[in-house]
Parts: sequence; C-alpha cells; structure tokens
Amino acid sequence: MHETTNNLQQLLLGRLGWEAIPLHEPILLWTFAMVAVIGLGVFAWITKLGKWGYLWTEWFTSIDHKKIGIMYIVLAIVMLLRGFADALMMRLQQAMAFGDALGYLPPHHYDQIFTAHGVIMIFFVAMPLVVGLMNIVVPLQIGARDVAFPFLNNFSFWMTVAGAVLVMMSLFVGEFARTGWLAYPPLSGIAYSPDVGVDYYIWSLQIAGVGTLLSGVNFMVTIIKMRAPGMTLMKMPVFTWTALCTNVLIVAAFPVLTAVLGFLSLDRYAGTNFFTNDFGGNAMMYVNLIWIWGHPEVYILILPLFGVFSEVVAAFSGKKLFGYASMVYATIVITILAYLVWLHHFFTMGSGASVNSFFGITTMIISIPTGAKMFNWLFTMYRGRIKFEVPMLWTMGFMFTFAIGGMTGVLLAVPPADFVLHNSLFLIAHFHNVIIGGVLFGGFAAINFWFPKAMGFKLDAFWGKVSFWFWLSGFWFAFTPLYILGLMGVTRRLSHFDDPSLQIWFIIAAFGAVLILIGILAFLVQIFVSIRNREALRDHTGDPWGGRTLEWSTSSPPPPYNFAFTPRVHDLDAWNDMKKRGYVRPTKGFIAIHMPKNTAAGMLLAGLATVCGFALIWHIWWLAIASFVTMIGSAIVHTFNYDRDYYISADDVAKIEDARTQQLQQA
Amino acid sequence: MSNTATINNGSAPEFYLTEEHHVQNGTMLGFWLYLMSDCLIFACLFAMYGVVGHNYAAGPSPKDLFELPLVALNTSMLLLSSITYGFAMLEMARNRKGATLFWLFVTGCFGAAFIGIELYEFHHLIADGAGPQRSAFLSAFFALVGTHGLHVTFGIIWLITLMVQLAKGGFTPVMRRRINCLSLFWHFLDVVWIGVFTFVYLMGVLR
Repeated sequence: MHETTNNLQQLLLGRLGWEAIPLHEPILLWTFAMVAVIGLGVFAWITKLGKWGYLWTEWFTSIDHKKIGIMYIVLAIVMLLRGFADALMMRLQQAMAFGDALGYLPPHHYDQIFTAHGVIMIFFVAMPLVVGLMNIVVPLQIGARDVAFPFLNNFSFWMTVAGAVLVMMSLFVGEFARTGWLAYPPLSGIAYSPDVGVDYYIWSLQIAGVGTLLSGVNFMVTIIKMRAPGMTLMKMPVFTWTALCTNVLIVAAFPVLTAVLGFLSLDRYAGTNFFTNDFGGNAMMYVNLIWIWGHPEVYILILPLFGVFSEVVAAFSGKKLFGYASMVYATIVITILAYLVWLHHFFTMGSGASVNSFFGITTMIISIPTGAKMFNWLFTMYRGRIKFEVPMLWTMGFMFTFAIGGMTGVLLAVPPADFVLHNSLFLIAHFHNVIIGGVLFGGFAAINFWFPKAMGFKLDAFWGKVSFWFWLSGFWFAFTPLYILGLMGVTRRLSHFDDPSLQIWFIIAAFGAVLILIGILAFLVQIFVSIRNREALRDHTGDPWGGRTLEWSTSSPPPPYNFAFTPRVHDLDAWNDMKKRGYVRPTKGFIAIHMPKNTAAGMLLAGLATVCGFALIWHIWWLAIASFVTMIGSAIVHTFNYDRDYYISADDVAKIEDARTQQLQQA
Repeated sequence: MSNTATINNGSAPEFYLTEEHHVQNGTMLGFWLYLMSDCLIFACLFAMYGVVGHNYAAGPSPKDLFELPLVALNTSMLLLSSITYGFAMLEMARNRKGATLFWLFVTGCFGAAFIGIELYEFHHLIADGAGPQRSAFLSAFFALVGTHGLHVTFGIIWLITLMVQLAKGGFTPVMRRRINCLSLFWHFLDVVWIGVFTFVYLMGVLR
C-alpha cells in the first residue's frame, strides 16, 4: 500500500516533495518571506490602482521595441538586486570566516550563492541590459518603425524572463547548482551532483538562450534590412555598428552553448558518457566547448557598451566622434578575434607550449583594437567642450577603470603568469574590473543617456552623481584587495580561510561592497526622485543633450511609429546634419502607418516553456511532455493567425504630431 | 526608387520620405541566419564525434555495428525527399496547388520512411547492447544521428502544417515564403546527412 502511494507520488510529482522546500534554512526562509511580502505588496498595489489591464495591453503583450526594451532593463535591474544580494553575502562570509569562526553560511549554501551570483549577473543582468538597450535604441537610430520580427522580439523577452523565473524558483524549491557559473563536469555530472541544482542551471540557460538567439537573428535582420534610405553601412551610428557585431557574435556563439548544455543534460538524464570519467568520456571537451561560447559572450556584453561610450563621448564633448572608421574596424576585428582566444581560460589544461603561445598571442592582440578605441575616445574629448553630465561621468569612470582591467587582462594572457594566477582572486578582480568597469558602468551611462528618450523625462542629476561616486569608489575598495590577495596566491570560491593575516583585506573588500550597495540604493532613489519630479525634468524637445543621431530627432518618448515620415540620411550623424542644414519638421501631409499588432502568444509560449523546464528539473515526465506538446501546438496555431497588423490612420498620426508641435513650442 | 525623393540642387536637401518606406521583407535572411546557427549545433555534434568517436570503452566499434546497405537505403530516402521537394517548388512556381500538395506529400512520405528506418536501426543497436550509454563513441553517434532525426521529425510536422495551410489559403506571398523556408530547412538537413553518411558511416566502416 505504502509502495503504491510512493509510486503514484513519483509518477505525479517526480522528485518533488515537501523536503524540497528549505524550511530548515533560516536565511532562505527569511529571504522567501521578504520576497513574498514585497511581491504581494506590488501585486496589491497594482490591483488597487487597477492597472492590470493596462500592464497587459500596453506592456506584456506589446510588440513595440521601445516597451520591450524598457521591460528588459527593468528585468536587469530587478535581477541586479538579487545578484548583488548574493555578492554582499559572499563578501560578508569571507570577511568573517577565519580560523575558528566559520561564518554564517554553510559551504553547501555558499557554493550555491557564488554559482547563482555568476549566472544571474551574466545571463539575467548583463544580457537583458544589453538586449534592452539595443531594443530601445537600434530601431530609432536607423530610422525604422520597429524590429524585423516584432512578435519574435516579444517572445524572446518572455523566454529570458522564463529563465530568470526558474533561477529565482531554485531559491525556494530545491536548490541551485553548486558548481561555479560554468558548471564544469565531472562535478556537474549526475555522479557528483545528483540533485536538482545543475538541472535548474541547465534549463534556465537553455530557455533564456532560445530568447537570446532569436533576438540575435532579429536584430541582425533589422540592421541589415531596415535602415533608413541613404544610411549606408559606413553612415551607421557606432552604437548600431556595435549592436550588429554583438548580434553576429550571439548568432555564432549561442548555438554552441545550446549544444554543450545539451550534451551535459544527456549525460545527466540519459546516462550517456560525453563528459564522464569512464566509458571514454572527455570532460575537457566540455570546457573547450563552453568557452567557445563563453569568450565571445564577454564581447557580446562589452561591444554594445563600447558603442554607448562612443555616442556619449561625442554628445558631451560637442564634437563628432574621433576616428569613426577606425572605431568600426576595431569593432569588427574584436568580433573576429573573439573566436580565437577561448583557450586562454584554461592554459593549465596542458595543451602544450605551442598551443598556449598561439592563444596567448591572439589574446594580447585583442588589446590593440581595444586600445585604439580608448584613444579614439580620448581624442574625441581632446579640445572638446566637455559637459560633465552623469552619462559622461560614467564614461570617464569607465575609461579609467577599464584601462586597468585591460592591463591585468594582458598580464593574464601570458601563459606562464597564468599558471601562477590561474583560479586565483587576481582573476576574479580582473574580470570584475572589466565587467563592472565596462558593462555595468556602460549600462548606467546608457540608462542616464537614453532615459529621457525612452521615458520622456531626464533622470535626476544629483542622485546620479551620488550613485556614480559610490559605485566607482566602492568598486576600487572591493576589488583592489582581491588583486593583492590573488598575487599572494589566494584561490577563488573559498568559504573559509585559515590565515588570519588575510582577514583585513577581506574586510576592506566587504567595505567596498557596502559602498557599492549605497551606489545601487542611490540609483533607485534617483529613479524614484526623477519620477516624482518628472514634470520639472520633462524633455519637451526630444533632444535634451544636443544629440547627433536619429533617435534624438523624434519626440521623447517617441510615438508608437517612431517617425511620422521615414528619415532620409545624407551623412554620418544624421540628426546633427539635419540640424546644421536647416531641417524643418513636417507638420502636414501625414500618411497612414502600417504597424504590427499586440499578441499574447509570446507570453503563453514562454509560460509553457517555464512549466516544461520545471517539470524536466523535477522529473515530472507527464507534465514535461504535456507542456512541450502544448507549446508546439500553440506555436502551430499561432502560425494560422494571419491578422497580425493594422494601420494607424493619417488622422491619428496628425493628432499625435500636432501635440508634438505644441510641445515643441513650449520648450 | 520612386519613393525616395531626389535632392533639390542647391536648396535645402530632402530629409524625409513623403511616402511610406517599404522595407524588403527580412524573413528569408532571418531564416538563413537561423539555419547557420543550427549548422553550428551540428558542428558541435560533429566535433564531439571527432573527439570521442574512437573511445569505444572496450565496446563495439563502427565496423561491428554499421550495416551499409541499410544506411544506403536510408540515405536514398532522404535524397529522394529532397528531389521531390524540389518538384514541389517547381509546381509552386507554376501556381499549381494540387501538384504542389502532391509532391509535398511524397516528400513527407520519404521523410517518414527515413525516420522509420533510423528508428529501426536505433532499436536494433540498443537491443544488441550498443545503446548510447555503452561508450562515448556511441553517445556521440546517437546524439549526432538522433539530433538530425529530430530535425527531420520536426520538418515533417512543419510540412503537414504547411500542407494544411496551403490547402486552406492557397498561394499567398506569406505561404510562398513559408514553403521556401521549409525548402531551405529540408535541403539543409540533406546536406548535414551527407556529412553524417560520409564521416560517421563510410569512414567508420573504412577504419
């Protein structure tokens, strides 16, 4: 009798049971309580305002690239809070756990935290940030009405959300991987990680990866096919160039991640022997493949931000960008070289001197185009009339920080040096130096720069500056000690140390993390204060910074159709050219505009993907099959819907444009 | 292009189009990009087979397992299905709906025959104790050939969907594009199979 119940439970719920809920871990319980309270609060608040219908029709089902972009960035900010909470917990643990003191986190939990921190920061903070920025800016910069495949764009966003939901779920139902953010086998194999952690890892990345790949295809087609007439490739804004190269990298790198995670899941689910220790498996194949994705991934993250800095430097120096062509070629060279350096992540694999030398040299060569970019920015500033607005501060903070991060990177590119520094805190300091100093600082520069375009009002400058200075100083306080510790030979991912003389460095690092916390809080205050003062901060002109590219030629926020008439481009920096040569904004003769319709299909499909992922993680086979079949079925049904677009009538366009005319007179 | 007004000589240039700007449809380009990304997945599968394909773990080797006559039959099924898809495309160019549907149906039958023979082969191997768990070689073999088979299976589902849509709606521009996309997909799978046939089966039996 008991056995039948057990069998039935296994059939219905797979591995899932009450013991999956971490009731015995007070830290998790408190986190859960906090998340639940905040979640319920937000839910109640939206219900009270009666905004669910608005959110559904205007945002969730929207295929407007600007709104999808904003949703991506909101996702990135929310996940940043989670990822940063992990970082604070690690810093606190490492500052405490010396000698007899074991700190407050058991190793079992600590290992999940550093894994989740890495996964969240890369996949669910940096990626949505970058994709969100491309969404908001690229179609506007090329004078298009939307992206090439608006429905796919919505679907991509919700697939990214689905991945994030699975990662968050692992906090409270079961556990996350304890393997480090790239889940190397054999540790991540079924023999050494038999629980659900690695399965959460696999399925959240696979599901989010589908979204990323599709948005890569989407943006490549958008940029290649939908540029305004006259905008040849060498008249394209630099940000769009970097976005194009990033999407080339996405399309050419993410399938490798899909494949390698596929192998790992076959090992775990079907008992194959790709990466196992016996039966001929080869774990280094995993490491090679995942870095063939992983190294291009770092350029996927940084290239668009290089584009952001290029736009910001030009706008706030009041000059055109120095060396546009060299900037474009440097971007292309980096794109190509991104594929020729992956082995520098494991020089210690033992591939021999000649292989290591090849990859060491290609790695060092990457610093040349990057250095060229740095000099281009410097020369743009040289003799410019620099305005020290918040985006420019972030850019200058980036140039200072990233230059040092780049230099430590070249140090690590030397194989003999890498044999010493491999797996040490020096490496941790290096990649945080380039990712925080590059991607995050760039993200903040971009948010401050394009916020008025997306939302219609500027961000408060005072709190922006507070945020900037705390982030910058906090970063250096947090990571300089890690450089020093790394040089002393301290390895990464340790939850306890024996040598008490090291403690002071970890305390300084924890202090730096607190400064960064203040920086993040100041950023949230900045958004809050700006929303409160939005009338005073309102951007009536559509061009608050004296911008140079087409996105500044339309209103802030832009109308759904972006441009009443498609712009015609004659020169690089098209909007600057238009302003210089006496462009007069058309006020009559409007035409009806063809636009895509909203759809709930993206959300539905991604919701089914989430269920399918959850079922696969917990071995609930019937649910996995049912949700997968439903997903394919819904996708097929969706292809029968041909009624996907509508016209905004000429009258409606005229109404919107007349309002804009009045707004411009106010300004 | 009629809708891009020319620049007036001397005076202020034209900064916008007064008519709607019709951009070229990007679906075919997007589909090519998707195919190339799929090609990379197969590249990884081939790479995996290349690296661990000799690791038999004291188990059977390709020589012991592969029956070339069966593989030849299977290959001919897939190659014939590509030819018949080509016939369907020719009929589409002539706007003959019934003939197009007929050739698409024949294509689907060849595809199903291919899948059937593959499943028979897999069943046979597993029954002989040469399942994907036996050695890294067999893991890589099943993953590569199986992924290809899954693609063909989805191709058949897609083919049926398109046949229903074509029967209902006739040749609309959307329909033509979709049939074009599936054509690319189908021939792509054929090309991948040539790789599988050569590197896995032929060279496996040779060595």
